[in-house]
Amino acid sequence: MSAKSDSDPFDGAVFRAGLLAGAVLLAGRPDLAGAHGFAGDRFFPATILTDDPFVADEMSLPTFTRPPTAADGTHEFDLDVDIAKRITPDLGFTIGQGWVSSKTPGMPTVTGLSGLHTGLQYQLFIDPQREMMALAGLNVSWAHTGRVAALGASDFTTITPTFDFGKGFGDLPDTLPYFRPFAITGNLSYDFPTKPGSAGLPNPNNFNYGFAFEYSLEYLQHHVKDVSLRPPFDHLIPLIEVALSTPVNRGLSRNTTGTVQPGIIWAGPYYQIGAEAIIPVNALSGKGLGGLIQLHLYLDDIFPKSIGRPLLQW
Amino acid sequence: MAVAKPTIVLGAWLALAFLASVVLGSAGAFAHAFLDHAVPLVGSTVHGSPGEVKVWFTQELEPAFSSLRVVDQNGAQVDRQNNAIDPGDRAVMKVSLPSLPPGKYKVFWHVLSVDTHTTEGTFSFEVVP
Repeated sequence: MSAKSDSDPFDGAVFRAGLLAGAVLLAGRPDLAGAHGFAGDRFFPATILTDDPFVADEMSLPTFTRPPTAADGTHEFDLDVDIAKRITPDLGFTIGQGWVSSKTPGMPTVTGLSGLHTGLQYQLFIDPQREMMALAGLNVSWAHTGRVAALGASDFTTITPTFDFGKGFGDLPDTLPYFRPFAITGNLSYDFPTKPGSAGLPNPNNFNYGFAFEYSLEYLQHHVKDVSLRPPFDHLIPLIEVALSTPVNRGLSRNTTGTVQPGIIWAGPYYQIGAEAIIPVNALSGKGLGGLIQLHLYLDDIFPKSIGRPLLQW
Repeated sequence: MAVAKPTIVLGAWLALAFLASVVLGSAGAFAHAFLDHAVPLVGSTVHGSPGEVKVWFTQELEPAFSSLRVVDQNGAQVDRQNNAIDPGDRAVMKVSLPSLPPGKYKVFWHVLSVDTHTTEGTFSFEVVP
């Protein structure tokens, strides 16, 4: 190859790099590792019970849930759809709704929609070195968007400021290699109902708190030590989720409810599949065991050049 | 009327689900590039200096925006700074190493997959006599 061709601006590699750089500039910045839960080496999967600490372009379609039997003996089956969409790389919104089939002993089966819920989210920060991230949000559950009388959907709107965080333990010393795949995500939020009561019952303000404790086999295999895990086991993330809600006023402050949900998530390149058992924390939260399964799609990976991008980068 | 409203909303969700399934069926094969495996193995101890570090990814890479480097315990880069994508398999990246003294080394990878998704990561290996 001649000296001229070595410096030729239309040399194959240089030309390709130029074309790619141009495409990247035209399309906006590359989809940096903030998409669907990356913080440095750490990949946070989309948890099922608790909110995620990151904005994303994702869709849960569907989530099938069989909750524990209610205190009055009611059996329920839920089908939910949730969508998360970025507006900018750091600002996003969520929207979701469910369909419920409910059977109370001695009564006919009732079906219908549960309430519509939406959220606006802002990514406060992502720290790749410390595998940390945090998000602030404002969730709204909308009145009269489900079957109020038959299924108990809300006849009032609830506004809920939220704070979500995530932390991976990959920065632990090398002397603790098998602890480094651990990670935790958590939520704190507070409900502000727009009506003090409905149908003769109080609507209290609630303090909501929850966390997900995860052990990422993906992190172990690809960032800590090759322990010969092969697909699909090298993309499994066992976890346990806990979510609790405590009313703080209107005479209900001892009525904490919630569930503990051990399970497992398999996270692939385009979607993840999760399954969890549902264990009520007390009699108020139900009795017996429930369970759920979810298919969760990564829109940014499936449609990287269209609806998977932030709206303002289309 | 009381039944029509939830039916319409449920219908809208089902239509969205149908649309998503149709579009998904025609979606291209793109995704973030994850590390699949590496030589030396992630977190391994090797006897004698390896001649190179080679990393297999789950997606094909863009060479102009992908890099692989190796540093020692002091953070000094020790590879020959000739990282390249394997022309026979664009999902593989490698970099040559000089003769390394015993010690711990860290590999940093930063790659751009062919659909412009960027990912990065690290892993370590140790050289013993």
